[in-house]
Amino acid sequence: MSERKSPAVTAVGVKKTLRRRWRPGEKFIEGWIFLAGILAIVILLGIIALLLKEGLPIFIHTTPWEFFFGTKWYPVSEPPTFGIMPFFVATIWITLVATAISVSVGIACAAYLAEVAPAKVRETVKPIVEILAGFPSVVMGFIGLMLLSPLVQSALNLNTGLSGLTAGIMLSLMSLPIVISVSEDALRAVPDDFRQAAYALGATRWETIWHVSIPGALSGITAAIMLGVGRAIGETMTVLMVAGGALAVPISPTEPMMPMTAAIASGIGNAVRGGLQYQALFAIGLVLFVITLAVNLVADRVLERQKRKFAR
Amino acid sequence: MKATAMSKRLLSQRSAFTLLTVAAVIVVIPVLVIVIEIIINGASAISWDFLTQAPSQAGKAGGILPAIVGTFYLMLGTIIFALPLGVMAGIYLTEYAKDNWFTRSINLAILNLAGVPSIVYGLFGLGVFVLLFHFGMSLLSASLTLACQALAMTVTTSREAILAVPREYREGSLAIGATRWQTIRHLVLPQALPGITTGAVLAMSRAAGETAPILVVGAAFLLPGLPQSPFDQFMALPYHLYTVAAHVPGMSKSTIWGVALVLLIVVLSFNILATFIRLKARQRRLNA
Repeated sequence: MSERKSPAVTAVGVKKTLRRRWRPGEKFIEGWIFLAGILAIVILLGIIALLLKEGLPIFIHTTPWEFFFGTKWYPVSEPPTFGIMPFFVATIWITLVATAISVSVGIACAAYLAEVAPAKVRETVKPIVEILAGFPSVVMGFIGLMLLSPLVQSALNLNTGLSGLTAGIMLSLMSLPIVISVSEDALRAVPDDFRQAAYALGATRWETIWHVSIPGALSGITAAIMLGVGRAIGETMTVLMVAGGALAVPISPTEPMMPMTAAIASGIGNAVRGGLQYQALFAIGLVLFVITLAVNLVADRVLERQKRKFAR
Repeated sequence: MKATAMSKRLLSQRSAFTLLTVAAVIVVIPVLVIVIEIIINGASAISWDFLTQAPSQAGKAGGILPAIVGTFYLMLGTIIFALPLGVMAGIYLTEYAKDNWFTRSINLAILNLAGVPSIVYGLFGLGVFVLLFHFGMSLLSASLTLACQALAMTVTTSREAILAVPREYREGSLAIGATRWQTIRHLVLPQALPGITTGAVLAMSRAAGETAPILVVGAAFLLPGLPQSPFDQFMALPYHLYTVAAHVPGMSKSTIWGVALVLLIVVLSFNILATFIRLKARQRRLNA
């Protein structure tokens, strides 16, 4: 018993002599490191608090029903009305157009890059997709204004080429990089053994892609779609410049319209600080924030599941 | 019989692969068209005066120097705040944080910050930096706003870069008696530097192109001179492009394309720089 006790005593002794010097400098730095670590939470909570503080008071003036389902946004008439239905529907139209294109083209492109393309082609296409991701949104808006909207106007014989459709096409380009890269990663995460097994059973490469790789990567591809949707909903400059900015509830995507982000960007400069319009714009910001937060949270969950699926 | 079935399957494979290839082409072509159009149309506007003069006649004449300088100030202001804080947060998450609910909620917060729409950052900057902190519509407010937005990126890239440093290095350092901070300072950070730099350069490129937040917190369309202090208003390339393209009637087309070209050069050159750093680091790691 005493024999077992003595090493323990020595260990304590050793620990004492080697105990590190008190280093105030390091404690100071480590304190800052902790503060920086929690900064992300502070900012996120700050955003939520600010949007609530500035946005909620609008509901003293306008009932939530009028706000969400009202179709008239007349911030400067007497009395002013704040119905965000036109913006909300515009956001939905544009997101639908953008998602339809970016999902179909993006997933096909990802399948090409991950499964079909020779290494050399892949090494050329991937940097080009990265360049696309690097285009500032204002440049995309400018291109939509200069190049795409005349095309859309003449092709569909519209009064103006500035429409939800034009904005949606430009946004699809901006969502493509994230859809492609996340889907491609998901396809690559499907173990090669699965493909070998399919080949051994006599499947062609395409049958393997369709019946093995894509189903295996499905949750990752779903996450890719959601991230693309989140991107499209939150985009501001492109839609501000290209969507047309009309205040009526859009019936079809070929009409000019104003989605929620554009409504905030175009209104905030004229809004009196603390006034009703200011509050209403912050309330739109709150709605946007909640929607994108939900989309991102779900995408993250789905992506986690994909990661666990093939983890060994 | 069997052979025809097989050839049918191969035919469907060929058509499917053609479709996938077409999708890739559809992605590539717009990128080339955009780059080429901007270069062709913008090149004629680029001149020494365009790059070094202040604008006159509501932007219709003169140059865009204040916008170029303003954009570089913004990139600098953003990275001054976002890089140190991002690296420190990355260190905290990899070297100090335990695997518990608190750390998970930090990671979740970072993930969500990355998804917050840029216009919402603009509202945040307006409410907090412009009004609450009384920084006004200024370079400082805009830098801080963009820094909040860039933080998600600098934290994520720092965290990945630090995580990639092998565990054995740390254990070796701790074993010869270095403190945790000494290990981080002299061993982990130098190893992670290329990854951290890549993230920082990308964040700067992003800040250079960001428009919606600075539109809310105080970019100006026309200013006679350069900002003299962080509390001054400023011009910036993306905001200038927005205004001349969408709001100034009778603008000469070549001037607008010229602004777009300069913005694209700034943004893409930083993107390419980031790729270059990444490739260099990978090469060095392979050689080591």
